[in-house]
Amino acid sequence: MTQPAIITNVLTKRFGDFIATNAITFEVAQGEIFGFLGANGAGKTTAMRMLCGLLKPSSGEARVAGFDIYTQTEKIKQRIGYMSQKFSLYEDLTVKENIRFYAGIYGLSNQQIREKTAGLLAKLRMEDEADKLVSALPLGWKQKLSFSIAVIHEPSIVFLDEPTGGVDPITRRQFWDLIYESASKGVTIFVTTHYMDEAEYCNRISIMVDGKIRALDTPAALKQQFGAATMNDVFLQLARAKS
Amino acid sequence: MRTIFFILQKEFLQIFRNKSMLPIIFVVPVVQLLVLAFATNYEIRDLSIDIVDHDGGNWSQQLKGKLLSSGYFRLHAQTTDDQAFDDLASNKADLILTIPQHFERDLVRNSEAGVQLLVNAINGSKAGLAAGYAQSIIGDFNRRIRLEWMAMDEDDAPSHFDMSFRYWFNPGLNYKWFMVPGILVVLVTLIGAFLSGMNIVKEKEAGTIEQLNVTPIRKHQFIIGKLLPFWIIALFELAFGLTVGKLVFDLPFAGNLGWIFLFAAVYLMVMLGLGLLISTFTETQQQSMFVTWFFLIICILMSGLFTPVESMPEWAQRITQFNPVAYFVKVMRMVMLKGSGWADIKMYLGIMVLFAVAVNAVAIWNYRKTV
Repeated sequence: MTQPAIITNVLTKRFGDFIATNAITFEVAQGEIFGFLGANGAGKTTAMRMLCGLLKPSSGEARVAGFDIYTQTEKIKQRIGYMSQKFSLYEDLTVKENIRFYAGIYGLSNQQIREKTAGLLAKLRMEDEADKLVSALPLGWKQKLSFSIAVIHEPSIVFLDEPTGGVDPITRRQFWDLIYESASKGVTIFVTTHYMDEAEYCNRISIMVDGKIRALDTPAALKQQFGAATMNDVFLQLARAKS
Repeated sequence: MRTIFFILQKEFLQIFRNKSMLPIIFVVPVVQLLVLAFATNYEIRDLSIDIVDHDGGNWSQQLKGKLLSSGYFRLHAQTTDDQAFDDLASNKADLILTIPQHFERDLVRNSEAGVQLLVNAINGSKAGLAAGYAQSIIGDFNRRIRLEWMAMDEDDAPSHFDMSFRYWFNPGLNYKWFMVPGILVVLVTLIGAFLSGMNIVKEKEAGTIEQLNVTPIRKHQFIIGKLLPFWIIALFELAFGLTVGKLVFDLPFAGNLGWIFLFAAVYLMVMLGLGLLISTFTETQQQSMFVTWFFLIICILMSGLFTPVESMPEWAQRITQFNPVAYFVKVMRMVMLKGSGWADIKMYLGIMVLFAVAVNAVAIWNYRKTV
């Protein structure tokens, strides 16, 4: 339990002349909720894709769940969950079929799939929707379902890429209850967001500007450091400093 | 294996939940077979003919009668030169037969007379056939005159030999027997190449491919899971199409159907590989459809399905050597009409295996799990 869930060391990604992620270095402890903030195009998604094994870094090192992101991506994939801003469930499958598919490809046994499905539906209070097509669900429900499926194989780290885009604050709050519940079981949460109220929910946050990490601390410490009342002010100060 | 099983299960659920899928599987083949088999008719009958008879004698009457009773020509009008030209120009007549003045007199006196045949050749092959029919009928007529006049007695007739012939493999010259196997190839090709490619691109469009890429699904599992359903559906389609062909057109199954399915199994790997390849460099289903269509239309038109490969120019014939559709059309016809077996198709099967390996190698190399 002592080794960090994620370690990066001057991790860099270049696309031609453009440096999307510029020598970022940070550590995320196990069970931590780590907020990864930045304006659009700041390099958040690139960094996340490298950590998930979707993109080969140009230079630097990183280990996720103890595995090297250059050579052990298949092992990493077994240990992480991922939920992207692009909706990742199959709209033409029912709730149950989606659960079954993802549980199946992560290698859960039939017995486990049955138990997990029942437990998940009960927790989300979606028993009545089990046989409905996902396309018929409201966005907030889809997101909660999507998250629950992303952690169905009990990964040690979950990557969430703007998971709550487009829903109201109450639904967002409910979503964060799910995140807290997972974190309390020791799951590390790595989340990007544009909502500053969500940033406040994180244990620690980093703020990226132009491919570099400009700030990294607890929300309280950051507010103090920048002499700001809210995370929103902290973010604006950093983003403005750039231009 | 378990992973592939889960992917297959999901694919079949999605395929059969798609409302347009069942019609595609059951209606399209029936319509294609019933409509195309009748439409792609090589026989030309009922050509409309204008006859301009400047002679009006007994012999010219006989010639006309012989032409019109052949079944190939239908008299549009017996008319004047000018009117006949107008008819030809306005597509009312396909050809004009002009019998000159003094036709009979010249024939009797000089033992020689000419007639003129004008054929509308906008459709070249139709014109060729029309001229061919007319020539053979007139030639026949000519021979009979010679016989009647120059030798009243068969024994004194100038020596000549009779030709007797039989059409092998398709004795009734049933063009549907020729076309239907080819049309079935098109059907299987469409399912193989179009649906597989579009299905993969659909995951890209929906964004779900990114989710799959962070799961432990391996490249080969994804590809097998994606392509196998269409391989199965296309083979089922072939069986269904053959059944319809047998019931409706009484197709002869001269050879062993096993060879056809064996060949189709390999052929489909080529087409599925093509679909996969196209899906690797297209982003939307529209793009994928368009690119697939571009390749297929070339492959199908150059396959020898509608026009014989032998009549294509040398360079085009060389291209068809790389056309998988051409091989399948050929093998289908060979096995179904001629009863060809292993010895006859093994070379084509070998070529098809090479195609399958090549196309899939490029496709898999091009398909990167890290998008």
